[in-house]
Amino acid sequence: MTIPTYDWDFSFLWAYRWLILLGLWVTIAYTVGTILIGLAIGLLTGLLRLSRNKLLTAPLVAYVEIFRCTPLLVQIIWFYYALPVVLGINIPAHVAATLVLSLYTGAFYAEIVRGGVNSIERGQWDAARAIGMRRAQVMRYVILPQAVKRMIPPFMNQSIIQLKNTSLVSTIAVADLLYQGQMITGATYRPLEVYTMVAIIYFIVLFPLTLMAQGVERRLARSD
Amino acid sequence: MPGSADLPPMIEINDLWKSFGAVAVLKGVSLRVERGAVIAIIGPSGAGKSTLLRCINLLEDPDRGEIRVGERAMRFSADRRRAGADRELAAFRAATGMVFQHFNLFPHMTALQNVTAGPLIVKGMDRRAAESEGRVLLAKVGLADKAESYPSHLSGGQRQRVAIARALAMGPAVMLCDEVTSALDPELVGEVLGVIEQLADEGMTMVIVTHEIGFAQEVADAVAFMSDGVIVEIGAPDAVLANPENPRTRSFLARFHRSRGDAAR
Repeated sequence: MTIPTYDWDFSFLWAYRWLILLGLWVTIAYTVGTILIGLAIGLLTGLLRLSRNKLLTAPLVAYVEIFRCTPLLVQIIWFYYALPVVLGINIPAHVAATLVLSLYTGAFYAEIVRGGVNSIERGQWDAARAIGMRRAQVMRYVILPQAVKRMIPPFMNQSIIQLKNTSLVSTIAVADLLYQGQMITGATYRPLEVYTMVAIIYFIVLFPLTLMAQGVERRLARSD
Repeated sequence: MPGSADLPPMIEINDLWKSFGAVAVLKGVSLRVERGAVIAIIGPSGAGKSTLLRCINLLEDPDRGEIRVGERAMRFSADRRRAGADRELAAFRAATGMVFQHFNLFPHMTALQNVTAGPLIVKGMDRRAAESEGRVLLAKVGLADKAESYPSHLSGGQRQRVAIARALAMGPAVMLCDEVTSALDPELVGEVLGVIEQLADEGMTMVIVTHEIGFAQEVADAVAFMSDGVIVEIGAPDAVLANPENPRTRSFLARFHRSRGDAAR
């Protein structure tokens, strides 16, 4: 067996710098956009799932579990190719990508919200209800302020993962960082340099964010 | 028992039943508490003492029976289990102050914010009025200087006194105390019992679940012994505690005194 040899040469990438930046911009835009939409979905779903009304919670449980228990890649392909057939409408790639990424991360956020609320001791409910607060008031003034603090670390972790998740939209030709990398590879036939660069860019963006998340987690732990 | 004859009792409970799943915890409890009276409930753990208190405050939904506190009455039956709408329940609870074994202070609020939460959020009281009343209540429980402290910076005894002030802030007609000293270090028990005693002296109607037999004897107008979901015996403290008629009361008290290492009484 021969050891493969290769002449590394990254210099050609400079010519593609604007394309790469454009891809990074699209990646970040999808990340931030779908985190925000997903957060709205997750907050609503997580809180509504706390209801005792089974008619209300059953579809929400189905939503969360379907999105948590199937691969994101499959979801993206299904929403782009299969859903248009089912509904008889055309779904553009950017719409399918935004929809799936938001619903996917929203399912995880919903579980974070539900877990955070459920982690607050029963006694807090008792005490708040004992002084006459109604359910919505207990939630707003007593439970959520405490629960949000506990939700922040898992929320940050999930959001960091979301930036990497967006790379899967390249499979339906959304022009994110990975997609541009594939384009450059097609033009230059130098996949090793291109994918190395893509990896480094993801790392440069995410590593400081993970450090920040750890810092926040430590500060929250201390303030308890 | 104090209380004038022309006024109905402050609390009237009739044939109250409550099960958790297959376990019947209350099996037909009836109790009358006159205005200004203090009733101490003693008994072994699992007797249903805490559940009874929680039912009076509607934190638990009784299966059947009747509860009246002041002017507000609730009737429960098999076909109408839910005690009522959220709003109705909230109003009922606000009239009965409850103090818990584990304090249950809101950890993200200062002592003063804990005390003013009810008046501000539930009653919609003006902030300045609520805060000045809150400070008066904190002073009353001896914590005037701790208004801005968070619960994590208070001792157990201080936390429980804030919890008492928080309950009083709603101007309850009745105070329910659920083993309020059980989670405290022995040296902190006195300061909390002192506050309860002061409330009793001021004429507050109270139902106190307690393991402090000596305290029950001192502060209560009547002692009720609960066992296995029913009130087995109720009467003047001296009678129930010193000369219990019921064999179950007798054996409970005998065991209690033995474990405390002191002679009967």
